[in-house]
Amino acid sequence: MLNELTIKIAGEAGQGMQTVGFNLCQLLKRTDFYIFANQDYMSRVRGGNNFFQLRISQKPSQACRKLSDIIVTLDKQSVAIHGTNLSEGGILIMDSKKFNIAQEERYFDIPMYEMALSLGSDLFVNSIVYGLISGILGITNGNIFEVIKEAFSDKGEELISKNIAAAKAGIDYAKNNFKDERFFMTARTGERTLLMNGNEAIALGAIRAGCKFYSGYPMTPSTSIMNEMAYHAKDFNIIVEQAEDEIAAINMVIGASFAGVRAMTATSGGGLSLMVEGLSLAAMTETPAVIVDAQRPAPATGFPTRTEQADLNFVLYCGHGEFTRAVFTPGTIEEAYYLTIHAFNLAEKYQIPVLIMTDQYLADSYRNISELDRNAIKVKRFIISREASKNITNYKRYELTDSGISPRAIPSWINDVIYADSDEHNQEGHITEEARVRESMVEKRLYKKMQGLEKEVIEPKSYNFEKATIVIIGFGSTFGAIKEVSDASSGKIGFIHLPQVWPLPKKGLTDLLKSKQKVITVENNASGQLAKLLHSEADIKIEKSILKFDGRPFNADDLIEEVNKLL
Amino acid sequence: MNINDFKSNDPIAWCSGCGDFGILTALKKSLLKLGREPKDILLVSGIGQAAKLPHYIKSNCFNGLHGRAIPPAVAAKIANNKLTVIVTTGDGDCYGEGGNHFLHNIRRNTDITVIVHNNQIYGLTKGQASPTTDPGYVTKVQTEGVVLEPLHPLEMAIALGCAFVARGYCSDLEHLSWLILEGINHRGFSLIDVLQPCVTFNKKNTYEWYSKRVYKLNDDKSYNPNDKDSAYRKAAEWGERIPIGIIYKAEKESYEEKTGLNQKTALIDENIDDIDISPALKKFI
Repeated sequence: MLNELTIKIAGEAGQGMQTVGFNLCQLLKRTDFYIFANQDYMSRVRGGNNFFQLRISQKPSQACRKLSDIIVTLDKQSVAIHGTNLSEGGILIMDSKKFNIAQEERYFDIPMYEMALSLGSDLFVNSIVYGLISGILGITNGNIFEVIKEAFSDKGEELISKNIAAAKAGIDYAKNNFKDERFFMTARTGERTLLMNGNEAIALGAIRAGCKFYSGYPMTPSTSIMNEMAYHAKDFNIIVEQAEDEIAAINMVIGASFAGVRAMTATSGGGLSLMVEGLSLAAMTETPAVIVDAQRPAPATGFPTRTEQADLNFVLYCGHGEFTRAVFTPGTIEEAYYLTIHAFNLAEKYQIPVLIMTDQYLADSYRNISELDRNAIKVKRFIISREASKNITNYKRYELTDSGISPRAIPSWINDVIYADSDEHNQEGHITEEARVRESMVEKRLYKKMQGLEKEVIEPKSYNFEKATIVIIGFGSTFGAIKEVSDASSGKIGFIHLPQVWPLPKKGLTDLLKSKQKVITVENNASGQLAKLLHSEADIKIEKSILKFDGRPFNADDLIEEVNKLL
Repeated sequence: MNINDFKSNDPIAWCSGCGDFGILTALKKSLLKLGREPKDILLVSGIGQAAKLPHYIKSNCFNGLHGRAIPPAVAAKIANNKLTVIVTTGDGDCYGEGGNHFLHNIRRNTDITVIVHNNQIYGLTKGQASPTTDPGYVTKVQTEGVVLEPLHPLEMAIALGCAFVARGYCSDLEHLSWLILEGINHRGFSLIDVLQPCVTFNKKNTYEWYSKRVYKLNDDKSYNPNDKDSAYRKAAEWGERIPIGIIYKAEKESYEEKTGLNQKTALIDENIDDIDISPALKKFI
């Protein structure tokens, strides 16, 4: 009996790898497996070579594997591209007649295109393959057809019944031609119920946190956050506005926030570059703003559909002038949800911009997770309530306080007016050039707020730490791969994950690393930006950084190999 | 209420004789006639001399970035559609740096009023050409005179479907305050381009220059601002005679009406303390 299995579906853009992949996820989810799915796609609508990779396991997994046990090729070139990534004993499903390739021992030949055409269109290849894999995995219950009905529910009865026929043909083909049970797996318990990706989790977190205004400009890999917000907008009375550019997007977020609602935008590095002046505006006017940077490889347009963690320096320091911000780096889908709620609370409390960093890998990776805990992070308001506002007749927007936080009033609620300004301003919010006022305002925005933020920083999460002789530090989406390396090391390799990189949890890190000699970082970038941050901010010496900057995520197997070289 | 209810204590930083003073007075008069309290009015601006105006009136003020007056104004209106939202901007702020927002927010058509202090020059940066500077005008940068075609904001606005397009003159206070009030009362994006001399840097388009040329459309009983074709021709009129008044006006659904925002609870009045997201989770099960 297998503990885990990786399935890859590869082909040209537009051939429907995602459809097969999603349908398999839906099916496997109903049979209570742990699922981790990631996507690798090119920046084009048709052609090229894309794949959908699905890992199913008895134990939860949060990283992809290097090799696949079942590879489905939907076109000829996929056989050559992905054939080398087949595990020992794995099978590569292909159509020798269609691809005109000679049969090899590890190939499993199925005339899928001929079968599909006999049903009326080569589009049915998708459901044939879906049925075939179900058969190979030994899943034969009625869920198979339920999934198809749901997936094609808006396509009409005829197409549903044809796809069901196609799936049946795939199942029968497996029954007759793939007689061994080596890919059969038993299902686990039924605790995981939600299948979602990182971006969807961020959107749900925003909805839960009370975000009522979202504006953004589409940019891969952030766009699915906007799509998800729009999908739920009507039900939750949220306005989702596609802005004319990212500059408008951030300025709209700030305007809505000034008026009194929680607001968010999401983009990728290029879009964030355009937003930077606005980020500085949020800080200067002390207006809460939540900004998501779904990273992709840069500079400039870079690899639009691939993954990287190279915006760290940029996100930490972007914006002219000196001001306070907080930066969160979720590593899992659950963390993306909880940290988003926290980001809204914190942005409102300190009246600052808060950034959430994700990347294409986390954004587009699916896992089935347990119910999101409604009470894990409470929504807390930090504005003058409507009730208390009524008695306010003499309001100073930027009143100087010990905490650096001025009580924030909402326009029209108080019996006075509010002046907010991007120029340096006095306590009333009017423009000033007084030297002493300038100093106290800088102190307010920079030092005082920072002191508060540092007190409630999210501590680093440590794993397998006690006996570890070597410690890996990571942030964001590398969580899954590093955790797997650490878990497989019999306690030799400890792991520190940073859900928050700014303010950096200096004390927590220093305490953890007190007795550890060998500390390395694992980063999806070329210059070891995290290592440099740890050194400059917390005086932590990083012996080595394992870096990857080919636009692809770390897989657990390659990373184990890399780390083992250091042991 | 009286005009002093809109009086701000912030000292004014404009040059003496600046056309902005006329716009400030006219706006106060319009607000007094509007009858809403200062706390229910929000003035939004970018950067430039025009952008300082919100400080000189008692009402809510968001003074943001250069070129970015309209986006926060629109979003504030969406967040709290009970606010009266007015943008005070200039020809550089609105038509230059903020051109893209000008274009697309006419399309968006939220119920805001945009007053452009159009002095045909850059004042705060000391005298460079603006998008509306007359061709041939010599500046420190345009040393051989402006060679670019001037931008035609009113024709642009009509072409983009703006349903309230007007031009005012800062010296005709009664007329200007009437225009502004008309603009505020119009549902949707209202553009009021206000001719305004820059006494320091624009030596061509002076009080005298404008006063000789401007005439009121109201005096021509045959002019119909609902007729788009004649509105285009009026908007293009520039030279010996310059029309002021409502150039074009039409009935058009606003953003708030199209999105149903005006029918629903204002976004700021939503209780967000404990939102139950379980209905949103259904699609993931």
